Amino acid sequence: MSLYHQFEALEATSLGDAIKNSLWLFPAIEAVHLLALAMLGGAVLMLDLRLLGLGLTGQPASTLERETRPWLIGALAVMVITGSLLGVSEALKLYDKRAFWVKMIALACALVFTFAIKGPLARRDPGAVGKAAALVSLALWLTVAIAGRWIGFS
Amino acid sequence: MSAGPPLNLDGAMEWLAAQPGSIALHESLYAYTWIETAHVLGITLFVGTIAMVDLRLLGVAFPRAPVSAMNARILPWTVAGFVLMIVTGALLFYAIPVRSFHSLWFRAKILLMAVAAVNIFVFHARVERDRDRWDSGVTPPGARISAAISLVAWAGVIVTGRMIAYNWFDCDKPQSAFVHLLTGCLAGLAEP
Repeated sequence: MSLYHQFEALEATSLGDAIKNSLWLFPAIEAVHLLALAMLGGAVLMLDLRLLGLGLTGQPASTLERETRPWLIGALAVMVITGSLLGVSEALKLYDKRAFWVKMIALACALVFTFAIKGPLARRDPGAVGKAAALVSLALWLTVAIAGRWIGFS
Repeated sequence: MSAGPPLNLDGAMEWLAAQPGSIALHESLYAYTWIETAHVLGITLFVGTIAMVDLRLLGVAFPRAPVSAMNARILPWTVAGFVLMIVTGALLFYAIPVRSFHSLWFRAKILLMAVAAVNIFVFHARVERDRDRWDSGVTPPGARISAAISLVAWAGVIVTGRMIAYNWFDCDKPQSAFVHLLTGCLAGLAEP
C-alpha cells in the first residue's frame, strides 16, 4: 500500500469523516491546536531566552529546563493529538502540500533536538554552546509554526 | 469623493476598504499571508510569555522566580509580542475592514481584549501594591484571580480570533434578529 493510499484510508475512517462533515469540529480542534501552540511557545521561550542570556537570568538554565518540561510536554501532547485529528480529516489535501511535509520534517528535527540535545545540555547549565542550542531550537520551532500556518493557505 | 473618512462607522469601514493600501493587501498574493503568519507568531510570543507569568502568579510554575523578576525579565517580551500582534492585526483588519467590523467573532475578540486590558490595569495598579510581601513566595488570592482572568481572556482572544475566518455569522447569510443586533449587519445594509 503506497503512502498516498494510506493517507486516503486515513481520511476515509469514521473519525476523518466525522470531522470533515461537521460544521464546527474542525474549527474547534483548530482553536485548541492554537491554544497549545501559545503554551508550547511560552515553554520553549522561557528556556531558550535563558540559554541566550535573556529572560529569567536569575534562575539557572537547569532549573528552567526542569520547570518548563511538564508544560512543554503537555502542550506538545495536545498539539500532536489535535494536529492528528485535523490531519486525518484532510489527509489527501496534506499529502499534496509541500508546507505539510516541511512541517513534519522540521517537527521531527525540533523534537529530537529539544529532547536529545537541548534538554540534556541545559541540565548542565551551558555557556556559549547553550546559546547556539537556543538559536537552533528557535529556528526549528519557528519553521514548524510558519510551515504549519502555510498548510492553511493554498 | 470626500477627502476623509465619513463620520459614521459603517461609512468609515467602506472608506477604508476603498483605500489603495487596503485593496493592495486584500488582493496580494503573499503579503496578506505573511502578515497573518507574523500575527500568529506575535500571538505565540505574546500569549505564550504572558501565560508563563500567569502560571507563576497561580503558583503552578517557576516557584523559585520572584514575581518581580517575571515582570522585569519576561514582560518586555510580552510587550514585543503585543506590538507585533497589534501591528499585524491592524493590517489584517485594514485588508478586510467591512467584513471584520461586522464579524461577531471580531467583536467578541475586542470585548475580551478590553476585559484583559482592565484586568492588567487592576493588577498593576491595585493587586501588586503589596507585592513586596509575596514577591518570592505564595501569591495572594487577588493575584491568582488576576492570573486566571488573564489566561481565560487571552485564550478567548485566540479562539475568537481563529473563528473570524469562518463565515457562519456573516452579514450575507440569513441570521436571527439577535445575531443582527450583535453584528450590526442591518445597520450596515441601511446605508445608501
